[in-house]
Amino acid sequence: MDSKNAKEMIARRIAKELKDGDVVNLGIGLPTMVANYIPEDISVTLQSENGFVGLGTAPKDGEVDKDIVNAGGQPVTINQGAAFFDSAVSFGIIRGGHVDATVLGALEVDQQGNLANFMVPGKMVPGMGGAMDLVSGAKKVIIAMLHTAKGAPKILKKCQLPLTAVGKVNLIVTELGVMEVTPNGLVLQEIAPGVDLEEILRGTEADLIISDNLKVIQD
Amino acid sequence: MNKIKDINEVVEHIKDGMTLMIGGFMATGTPEGLIDAILEKGVKDLTIIANDTGLIDKGIGKLVINKRVKKVIASHIGLNPETGRQMNAKELIVDLVPQGTLAEQIRCGGAGIGGFLTETGVGTIVEEGKQKMKIGDKEYLLELPLRADIALLRGSVVDKQGNIFYNASTRNFNPLMATAADLVIVGAEKIVEVGELDPNHVMTPGIFVDYIVGGEE
Repeated sequence: MDSKNAKEMIARRIAKELKDGDVVNLGIGLPTMVANYIPEDISVTLQSENGFVGLGTAPKDGEVDKDIVNAGGQPVTINQGAAFFDSAVSFGIIRGGHVDATVLGALEVDQQGNLANFMVPGKMVPGMGGAMDLVSGAKKVIIAMLHTAKGAPKILKKCQLPLTAVGKVNLIVTELGVMEVTPNGLVLQEIAPGVDLEEILRGTEADLIISDNLKVIQD
Repeated sequence: MNKIKDINEVVEHIKDGMTLMIGGFMATGTPEGLIDAILEKGVKDLTIIANDTGLIDKGIGKLVINKRVKKVIASHIGLNPETGRQMNAKELIVDLVPQGTLAEQIRCGGAGIGGFLTETGVGTIVEEGKQKMKIGDKEYLLELPLRADIALLRGSVVDKQGNIFYNASTRNFNPLMATAADLVIVGAEKIVEVGELDPNHVMTPGIFVDYIVGGEE
């Protein structure tokens, strides 16, 4: 599977986790793609942590409003019923448990639900932005990422990079499968069509518990 | 009291070594005209409190690339690689703060609140040097308020009394910073007469604002 198809598959699977009425914050990059696959029969409100709910699609040519940007600083549109607010309210929404789910990328994630996604010391230090608050405050934290970094496992026994948050990850969705962080450990709940278990185990450093009820990801 | 001033007059208040809060998010809602005036005046060794350091050629990025900044307190510096370069070369001190914590620190600074407890950052490098408190079975970090010498805001519509309306996502940190500095200057996209701005639409009451300059685009 090429990277584009893999990312689409991940986004499509995560969209199925969302429920009617949910308030959801999507990170930049792959997580943003989830918005394209939200089922038509449910209504999901997207939050943009720079200060609004009701985030819409990317603007068409001639539709750009310089005053409406997303958390990556890119021009976006808003839907009818949207609302703007300041950064204190925005993070009150996030820390206060008013965000039902957040979808974020990861550099590393481990079997205790720890997440590292904001810096590589000495190399990449962009800052955490809103990620630490989101991971601490959202009711459900979903990680969207390719299973490995060029073959090197990203799902580990223990994160090595500086942590974004401790024990807050609930679900990891990759192009190979769906893994849930449980009190007993990391459980493989679903496997992608055509992928064999060996391939997942090879690409995973964490101890992976195979669910008794292992399913194939439904497209 | 006439709050409307010439931009060259207001930047006289900004001096070497001061701490400035600057509104905006990736330069959206940042007063570009005020930043240009600071550059022109030649102020240096500034401490900047802001969400981010803008882009290389936009917003706070212009102050960084022209080496006017000695310290940055921000949540994100990734869109302006020059900030990271100066940080790695030890030319610039950068304190990275989670965005929600930064917003609340500024709100507290302006609201007379001595600090607040948050779960954000517990178990991460953010907790280094901070007091941890256990309330019930939850662990929190004690975060302290932030204030500045001067806040630079960008308003979409500002009346002559300093009442501000911020359009769309330009609001972000601006109304918080308006409350948390000794001197508050707003760069206005549009200045209107008192009475033209519906009091229901005022997001920063004019009592917080000292000076108004025009010319924001």
